[in-house]
Amino acid sequence: MLVRAPALLLPPIVFPLFFYMAFAGGLSAVGGLPGFDYYNYDAFQFVFVLLQSAAFGGVFIGFSIGADFDSGFTRRLFLSAGDRSAVLAGFGLAGLVRSVFVWVVVFAIALATGMKIGGNGVDLAGLVALALVVNLAAFLFAVGMMTRLRTLQAAPAMQLPLFMILMTAPIYVPRDLLQGWIATVSQVNPFTAILESGRSLMAGGPFHVLLAFACAAGLAALLSVFAFRGLRKAEAAG
Amino acid sequence: MSASPTTATFPRQARYLAWRSVIRTARQPIIIVPPLVFPLFLLAINASGLGAATDIPGFPTTSYLAFALAFPFMQGAIFSTNTAGTNVSQDIGSGFFNRLSLTPMSGPSLLVGQLTGVLLIGTLQAVAFLAAGLAAGVHIAAGPLGVLVLFALSLLIAAAFGAIGLFAGLRTGSSEAVQGLFPLMFILLFLSSATMPRNLIAHEWYRTVATINPVSYLIEGLRSLIITGWDPEALALGFGTAAAIFAVALAGATLAMRDRMVRT
Amino acid sequence: MTSRHGIEARSLVREFKNGPRAVDGIDLDVAEGEIYGFLGPNGAGKSTTVHMLTTLLPPTAGSARVGGHDIVSEGPAVRDAIGVALQEAALDLLLSGREHMRLQGGLHGLSKAEIAARGDELLERVGLAEAADRRVGGYSGGMKRRLDLALALVHRPRLLFLDEPTTGLDVQSRAALWDEVARLARNDGVTVFLTTQYLEEADSLADRLGIIDRGRIVAEGTPAELKAEIGRPTVEAIPANGDQVERLEAVLSRFGSPLPATRGAAAVRLADGTEELADVIRGLDGEGIKVADLKLHAPSLDDVFLAKTGRSLEGAGDDAAAEEDTGEHEPATVTA
Repeated sequence: MLVRAPALLLPPIVFPLFFYMAFAGGLSAVGGLPGFDYYNYDAFQFVFVLLQSAAFGGVFIGFSIGADFDSGFTRRLFLSAGDRSAVLAGFGLAGLVRSVFVWVVVFAIALATGMKIGGNGVDLAGLVALALVVNLAAFLFAVGMMTRLRTLQAAPAMQLPLFMILMTAPIYVPRDLLQGWIATVSQVNPFTAILESGRSLMAGGPFHVLLAFACAAGLAALLSVFAFRGLRKAEAAG
Repeated sequence: MSASPTTATFPRQARYLAWRSVIRTARQPIIIVPPLVFPLFLLAINASGLGAATDIPGFPTTSYLAFALAFPFMQGAIFSTNTAGTNVSQDIGSGFFNRLSLTPMSGPSLLVGQLTGVLLIGTLQAVAFLAAGLAAGVHIAAGPLGVLVLFALSLLIAAAFGAIGLFAGLRTGSSEAVQGLFPLMFILLFLSSATMPRNLIAHEWYRTVATINPVSYLIEGLRSLIITGWDPEALALGFGTAAAIFAVALAGATLAMRDRMVRT
Repeated sequence: MTSRHGIEARSLVREFKNGPRAVDGIDLDVAEGEIYGFLGPNGAGKSTTVHMLTTLLPPTAGSARVGGHDIVSEGPAVRDAIGVALQEAALDLLLSGREHMRLQGGLHGLSKAEIAARGDELLERVGLAEAADRRVGGYSGGMKRRLDLALALVHRPRLLFLDEPTTGLDVQSRAALWDEVARLARNDGVTVFLTTQYLEEADSLADRLGIIDRGRIVAEGTPAELKAEIGRPTVEAIPANGDQVERLEAVLSRFGSPLPATRGAAAVRLADGTEELADVIRGLDGEGIKVADLKLHAPSLDDVFLAKTGRSLEGAGDDAAAEEDTGEHEPATVTA
């Protein structure tokens, strides 16, 4: 479908690119604040945009499942497939391919516009692996929601929690420069650990990477149970 | 005996269509609540997340909340584009537009009617955003008169963006096409001086884009009343830009209406 | 000159960009107080004709006068004289029936008092008085259609255009709508131009019919005239007593020309039409002939369509839809 309708790739590329430009471009003066000791503001924002697009990329594939439920296509797939989880794995794989493509494009443009890389190949591979786990977790969340709600109308129910989690992490400044209620919320937000670890890999000074992977993988494991139970419910509903 | 078309005057028609627009707005919480809640949520996040930005040398205020308060007004305006455009395109798609075309209704009276609904939401938004800002401790530098001017500018901006929505809805007749504008307007909103004063934007290309972007002048006009007081240049640019956008968009919507209403 | 209640069209044409002629030279004359039926399959040009006559679409060529006014140069006067219920009952699901009345009446220039009185009267007449204050989103298809008709009548038009008004309705709703339309023509003198693809509707409701196919009128007349053109009805009877076949033949032959029949039966083509059936039965009764079976075969409008076009009306719509995209159902997006 992506090969036949390449225009479908446009929004997933445009939005991360736009956020990168708006934050790294518009707010770069924030990188000069006293106490802001990350090596490069462009890279600071790139990591957030990468992980944000990984999360939303996973969820958007859930929209495809919902739209297919509305049209009856998913039911047809379920009827013809021997193992229904293979149907969902297919959606997941498509989402992954699309996400990786988007990351490559955004990375290339960020480099071309002056972003500096602090880490080495291993660090960057770790960052990509972290993004992949986030993508998987988000996809499983979307599967769990869509197999229960079974309509594209439920899209806001998926987007909103994700939005809240992402936006209450240290997006614009490091955690110790946050003020007000966000400072408190970000302390308990699991995405904060993932984001900070990702930024440390980008900078070449890995920090709490295992904790970050544990958070992401733990979330993915919980959400896989959520997803498979949802699949059973969808099968029972026919 | 049928009614005479001469008794169906423009003011009368506009009144009935405005009444319809107001009722429809009031009966659709989904078009009232998100344009109120979402901008306030984003304001809360940005005010807290970017609070440290006021330490940047030359930042015009010590309260990022006061600096950012203009932002929700602009977001609200973007929702107006969506609401107005979607309403008119739904009328076209359902055939209700044909029903209206078969009455003595004039095209301009429909535009006035639709914009009335937009202004109603714009008023609710202005009240909500201002109340939230005041409750959170923002001081309006231009005083009580400044609040009235703030309302006037925000309603003009809402009307301008509503007119853009009407143009898009009448031209395309498609709700999907109108909703497709939303991300573009969002991008336009961010590529401005919404989050940082123009003179403090470090990247030259971004600063140039923000300078060309008319949204910057709209935001700066609103913001000047909140953090500066009376800034004649910012107000002139703000009102002038809003009026120009409104005039162009309304002209576009009028032409699109004429094409859409092919009745003889 | 067309009367204030009539419709007149000469060589009316409507072409769409890069498409076929949806209406290809139509001549029409509809008299005051007449119910004129426009019968044809999907894609024949019915709705496009209605859109032109109601000023929603300018013709590419030709002319028409509706209610005494030219449809091109006197559009507002035409709209003042007509009420229209289009193919889709275009209603605002968020407004109630009464609110629709208020809007429609207000846009037509009625005073508040007139709107209230007329609204109550019409809602009562179409059986929506109790549901008047409910939102239209909760109405059934039949209720929406009735409201649509009521709205078309708010400003007391002299002419009424109904574009496939009973499509999708159940039998009872359809019958109720037919009754109301017939009453409007009979009692109020409203001229009705009605498009339909239903044979039964055309047959029972219309005073005169125009049968349209591929943008042209292929036949016109009263339903009886059109059917008579094709052929007179036949009667076939089987006597209860098999020995009486010859006597049966003799009686039937008094009423028309004998026809070949199945073994043990007699058949005749009636000389004067279906009205003779009662006489046939009286004749058989008078001769003491009991019949085991009696069948009347009358030509239908479908037979008329078949004779004129070589296709059955019921299948013709699928052919037209497959061959052409006339834009018939999307006038709002059409540009001249």
